[in-house]
Amino acid sequence: MKEIAGNYVRQVVIELSRRARVGHIGSALSVADLLAVLYGRVARIASPGDPDRDRVILSKGHAAAALYAVLHARGWISAEELETFCGDDSTLGVHPDISATGVDFATGSLGIGLSLGVGSALAARLSRSSRRTFVLMSDAECNEGSVWEAAMFAAQHRLSSLTAIIDFNGMQALGPTQDILDQSNIAERWRAFGWHADEIDGHDEHAIQRALVAAAQAPAPVVVIARTRLGKGVSFMEGQLASHYWPLSDAQAEQALRELSTCTPS
Amino acid sequence: MRKAFLTKLSALAADERIVLLTGDLGYTVIEDFASRWPERFYNAGVAEQNMLGMAAGLAEAGFIPFVYSIATFASMRAYEILRNGAILNDLPIRIIAIGQGFDYGPAGATHHALEDLALMRVQPRVRVISPSDDAQSVSALDATWDLRSPVYYRLAKDPSAAIPGLDGRFDASRVEMIRDGSDVLLLATGSLASEAIDAAEILSLQGIEAAVGIVASIKPLPADDLQRVITSYRTVVTIEEHYVHGGFGSAVCELAASAGLGARIVTCGVGDRITGCGSRSHLRALHGLTAGGIAARIQSALSA
Repeated sequence: MKEIAGNYVRQVVIELSRRARVGHIGSALSVADLLAVLYGRVARIASPGDPDRDRVILSKGHAAAALYAVLHARGWISAEELETFCGDDSTLGVHPDISATGVDFATGSLGIGLSLGVGSALAARLSRSSRRTFVLMSDAECNEGSVWEAAMFAAQHRLSSLTAIIDFNGMQALGPTQDILDQSNIAERWRAFGWHADEIDGHDEHAIQRALVAAAQAPAPVVVIARTRLGKGVSFMEGQLASHYWPLSDAQAEQALRELSTCTPS
Repeated sequence: MRKAFLTKLSALAADERIVLLTGDLGYTVIEDFASRWPERFYNAGVAEQNMLGMAAGLAEAGFIPFVYSIATFASMRAYEILRNGAILNDLPIRIIAIGQGFDYGPAGATHHALEDLALMRVQPRVRVISPSDDAQSVSALDATWDLRSPVYYRLAKDPSAAIPGLDGRFDASRVEMIRDGSDVLLLATGSLASEAIDAAEILSLQGIEAAVGIVASIKPLPADDLQRVITSYRTVVTIEEHYVHGGFGSAVCELAASAGLGARIVTCGVGDRITGCGSRSHLRALHGLTAGGIAARIQSALSA
C-alpha cells in the first residue's frame, strides 16, 4: 500500500477547485488527513473491482474532491480523468458517482451513507468475509434522523466490521454546529446508542491510523470522532464558513498551494 | 395475495442471495421465511429509511434484498433514500408494498396507498408490478425476482379470489384480455380487476359489450400490446385503486397521446381529495370504484 500525505490531497483539492471554479473546498480540506490514512494505510483494497475489498463510503459526498485525490494517488483515477473534474460528462462531479473507478457508492444527500454501510457490513457477515466497511460522515450529517436508525441497527446486530468516522469540524452550512443543533456531547450520544466511540485529533495521521486499526478489534461498531478544522492547511480558509462556498481566485489558489507546500505535514 | 407471495419467496430463498428485511410488519405472513432462513431474515424495526439504505448496501455485495412494509411507508417514508441509494447506485433491491389502495381502509388515510404507482413509475430503472390475484403475484415474482433492476411489488393484503380467465399469467409485455366486447375497452390493474369484470356484466345487460384487459406491469407498460388493443376502440376506461393523477390511468393517457391513438380515455380512480375511514368496500363505493360505480361512469361517458 502506498502512503498518501494529507497535504498532497489538499494540493490536489486546490488544483481541482481552481480549475473547476467550485466550492466545498473547506470540507475537502478537513477530511484530507482522514482519507489519506484510510486509503494509504488502512483500507485493504487490492483493486477497485475486488468483491472482497474493504468498502469506503464517503457519506459526506460534498468532500468528493479529496476522495478523487486519494483515488488518483492509488492509481485508479488517471491524471487526465482528474482534469475533467466537474466538466460536461465527467465521471467526477462535486459529489461522487459510481461511474468513477474506486467509488463504491454514489453519495451527495446526507444521512444515507451509514445505512449503506450497515447493509455492506451485514453482507460481509452473511458472506463470512472479514472485509471492513468505513463510512466517513460529517458532524452536521448527524442531524439526520436516518443516521440514528442505522446506528441502532448496527449496535443491535453488533456489526463490528463497521467503522464510522465523523469529520467533526464544528461547522455546518449556515454556522457553527453548536449554535444550530449542538452536538458537543457527540461521543456520549453514540455510546448511548451502543457504539464504541473514540475521539482523536483528525489531523494527526498516527492517531487516525491507530484508531482505525484498533477499531477492527472492537466487539461492536466503532465511531471515530475526528476533531478537525474546516479549511485545514490554508490560513485564510481555516475555520471560515465561507470556505464551504467560495471558489478560489487564481491568487488565492497560488497562496494556498504555497502554504501547503511549505508547511510540514501534520 | 401477500401470503401467497411470501410463501413463494420463502421457496425461492433456497437461493442464498435472497434476504428479507421487514419494517416490523408482516405478522402471520413472514414467519415461514423467518423460520426457514433465519440468518437471512432481519427486522429493521420501525425504521424504513435505514431499511431501504441497508438494502442497497446488501445489493452492492451481490445479495437480492426484499424489503417488506405497508405500501404507504414502503413507498414514501424512504423515497429519497430509495432514489439516491438503490436507484442511483443501480442496485437490484425489491420492495414488497402491502395494501393496494383501500386494503387498510379502516386504518384511515395514513394507510391508503393512493400515490405509490405514480411515485415509483417516475424513477428510472424501477419496475412496477401490480398483480390482480394471488396466482398472478406468484407468477410475477417468479418472473422478476432476479432481474438486474429494482422492482416494486404492489400487493393486496388479503387473499384475492382468482380472476376468471387470467389463470395466473404474468407477462410484462402483454395486456391479458379476459373478456371480449366491441363497444368499450376496460383496462384494470390490481385486485380491482374483479370489479371491472362485474362492471362489464352489468353493462352487457344494458346492451353495452365491454372488453376487459388486465395490466400488471405498470412500468414498463406493455406498450406495443396496449397500442394494438386500444386502436380498436373509441372509448377506453382505466380502472385503478389509486389517485387518478399520476398512476396507471395517467400512464395509459401518456401512451395513447404520444402514439396518436384517437381513443378517448376515461380514468376511474380516486379523485383529488383526502380519503377517510371505512371498510374497503365502503371506500371503493364512495369513490366510484365498485362494479356499479364503474358501470355508471361508463354509461354516462358513452352517452355524453
